[in-house]
Amino acid sequence: MSVRDPRADAIRRVFPPVRGVQEVPGAEIPTYRVDKTVLPQFARFLKEEPQLDCKLLLDVCGVDWLGRREPRFEVVYHLYSLNLGHRFRLKVPVREDDALVPSVYSVWKAADWFEREVFDLFGIRFEGHPNLKRILCHPSFQGHALRKDYDPGQRWLLREGEQDEPAWAQERGEDEDHAESQVLNLGPSHPATHGTLRAILRLQGEVITEADTEIGYLHRCFEKMSESHTWNQVIPYTDRLNYCSAMINGVGYALAVEKLLGVEAPPRAQVIRLILSELSRVMDHIVDIGANLNDLGAMTPFLYIYQAREEIYSVLEACCGARLTMSYVRVGGLAIDAPEGFADSVRWLLKRIPPLVEDMEKLITSNRIFRQRTEGIGKLSAEEAIDWGWTGPCLRACGVSYDVRKAHPYLGYESYDFKVPISHAGDTYARYLVRVEEIRQSLRIVEQALARLEPGPVIVDDHRVALPTKEKVYTEMESLIWHFKLIMEGMNVPAGETYGFTEGANGELGYYVVSDGGGKPYRLKVRPPCFAIFQAYPHMLRGHMISDAVAILGSLNIIAGELDR
Amino acid sequence: MKTPDVVLCEPKPMGLLDRLYLVEIAKGLSVTLRHFLGNLLRRKYTVTVEWPEVKREYSDRLRGRHVLLTREDGSPRCVACYMCETACPADCIHIEADEDPEAPVEWEKRPKVFTIDLLRCVFCGFCVDACPKEAIIMTREHEMAFVTRNEAILGLPELLQKGPIERIDLGYRPYYGPIAPPIRLPIPVRAKPPASAGAGDR
Repeated sequence: MSVRDPRADAIRRVFPPVRGVQEVPGAEIPTYRVDKTVLPQFARFLKEEPQLDCKLLLDVCGVDWLGRREPRFEVVYHLYSLNLGHRFRLKVPVREDDALVPSVYSVWKAADWFEREVFDLFGIRFEGHPNLKRILCHPSFQGHALRKDYDPGQRWLLREGEQDEPAWAQERGEDEDHAESQVLNLGPSHPATHGTLRAILRLQGEVITEADTEIGYLHRCFEKMSESHTWNQVIPYTDRLNYCSAMINGVGYALAVEKLLGVEAPPRAQVIRLILSELSRVMDHIVDIGANLNDLGAMTPFLYIYQAREEIYSVLEACCGARLTMSYVRVGGLAIDAPEGFADSVRWLLKRIPPLVEDMEKLITSNRIFRQRTEGIGKLSAEEAIDWGWTGPCLRACGVSYDVRKAHPYLGYESYDFKVPISHAGDTYARYLVRVEEIRQSLRIVEQALARLEPGPVIVDDHRVALPTKEKVYTEMESLIWHFKLIMEGMNVPAGETYGFTEGANGELGYYVVSDGGGKPYRLKVRPPCFAIFQAYPHMLRGHMISDAVAILGSLNIIAGELDR
Repeated sequence: MKTPDVVLCEPKPMGLLDRLYLVEIAKGLSVTLRHFLGNLLRRKYTVTVEWPEVKREYSDRLRGRHVLLTREDGSPRCVACYMCETACPADCIHIEADEDPEAPVEWEKRPKVFTIDLLRCVFCGFCVDACPKEAIIMTREHEMAFVTRNEAILGLPELLQKGPIERIDLGYRPYYGPIAPPIRLPIPVRAKPPASAGAGDR
């Protein structure tokens, strides 16, 4: 960043280095090392100063520098300005013996779950957080899993009676008329939760007066596992994040690592990545709309549009070798080239999908029952949605036209002609409308991308990154050596950090990657879009009926694999 | 930020026809009737198959159960180099090496123990990518059920190729030259499974 940057000047004027805000030079996005004593003031300044305007808190995560740096921990915040399109990264150093950081929940509500996650996995406490307790691990868990000195071989058992119950759920609810209220557990394995999410509701008749959610049932500590696997070995694990659009996760991860490596996938690989990502987005929206409708009692459209999904899956399977667990992307390109007839089969899909979507629209879009069940339900204003850290279709349904593909294009999205669907209602019905339109736009992108599908290599020709071809491995000594080195040690990614962001099906999917120069990630933090969206869920429920809880849940698109990681 | 091209999807106000409900019912029924008749006469809209009598076909990249190829003399091609074991993200492969007394100059080791725990395996195909000897490849056999956990741990006897390679239902493997038959859509199905489902059938 140049010295003359007005934003840096503005920050330096109000928060000079003596006040504890130090700019870190040479970072890919403006990075500040912030003393924890000034963090709340600095955060508020970043949010409210019109020149900076960081209204969106994207991510809070911890990094453990055990034995490498002093102080041991770092809490890293990623901020974004929707109006100005710039990003900031804040780093707050934390000492191990004084692991207490002021919470920024009062500035951005989005900090709610993200701070709880840092507390859960690193044991850093946040002063002033309204509800600081474990979120991904269960209450009987001992230690903090992402600390470098935590032994992952340990097992902790959660016994009956040790589950986490909100305080209000334990009291008897009785109002002055002696009408008793009821506590209801929705989930974790309820057909309407489509995954594992537990919602605890207090009901007054059928109206929800109090709600809380518990997640973590599908937690497998993706981030800890990736620290003990080579950069490429992480890819099969990324498929299991958002399993409805597995391709997008892999692409996002590969792009983040490629950014750090300074390599770029060949054009053909990029076009194939883009086509499969957009088809995955279509699939994700199909699942979401279909499941949402199914929960509301409309079984037919669900079955109709699932046909499209099934056929997309067979194209994906023909490319990747598996329908869902693709592991097709590699750092630097793709595992193998798409098979013959790929373009024709995608063209076939482009003809097949629109009529099915149209049929679904005919049944649903102006259906009075559906509209009455969804309009005004789960309504959120744009300000609230931004405050909660929403991105993706849910934010666009609130009237904010933020789409990473438009705002910060990658894979050449800037050269495609597509539009960002938005709606201003912010309710369940608006989210449905936005998703349907997004399916159409995605198909438009795929159509344009097909025209650019030129023959060529699908992975970079760089023996430090990509495995040599098998012919060479079998016949050439040097290739065999590189093959051996890549498999045994993994590629060496230069030391540094980066935040890679792509538009996932649910919103901004971020990968904060820290490398120490070795063959394995030092720290890999996923910013799952679902996570930010779902922290607002219990707050949206109050005042709604229990049947609305199901409608809202479906429209927010719960993907437990991504939520719990 | 530049205002991107947006397309507004505001909810349209419900018209009289929408509110009357009967018109909507008729419209909806016409769609369902079309699907019903299309399926009844030509199975136009179904993608379901009557499994297990009818099976859908997968591409020849499908990553199914592994098979260890053998040399012409029947000995395993594997030279116990531990590449697949290292590349496996799920730690499901276990190899113990042994000296091969009759080995020529090209190799000197052979696997004494080679097990794959299919319950741990994530079928990512990294072992196939890692193998420098084309010893481990994957078949298209994917319908695997076990009664006990131990049954899912395949050893050398179960993994080694049985019979000629033409009889294996080959799946994910290193490719040479032009790749794969084209993708066929709608999804092809076959009434009966192929004559031999490949190596290692019990």
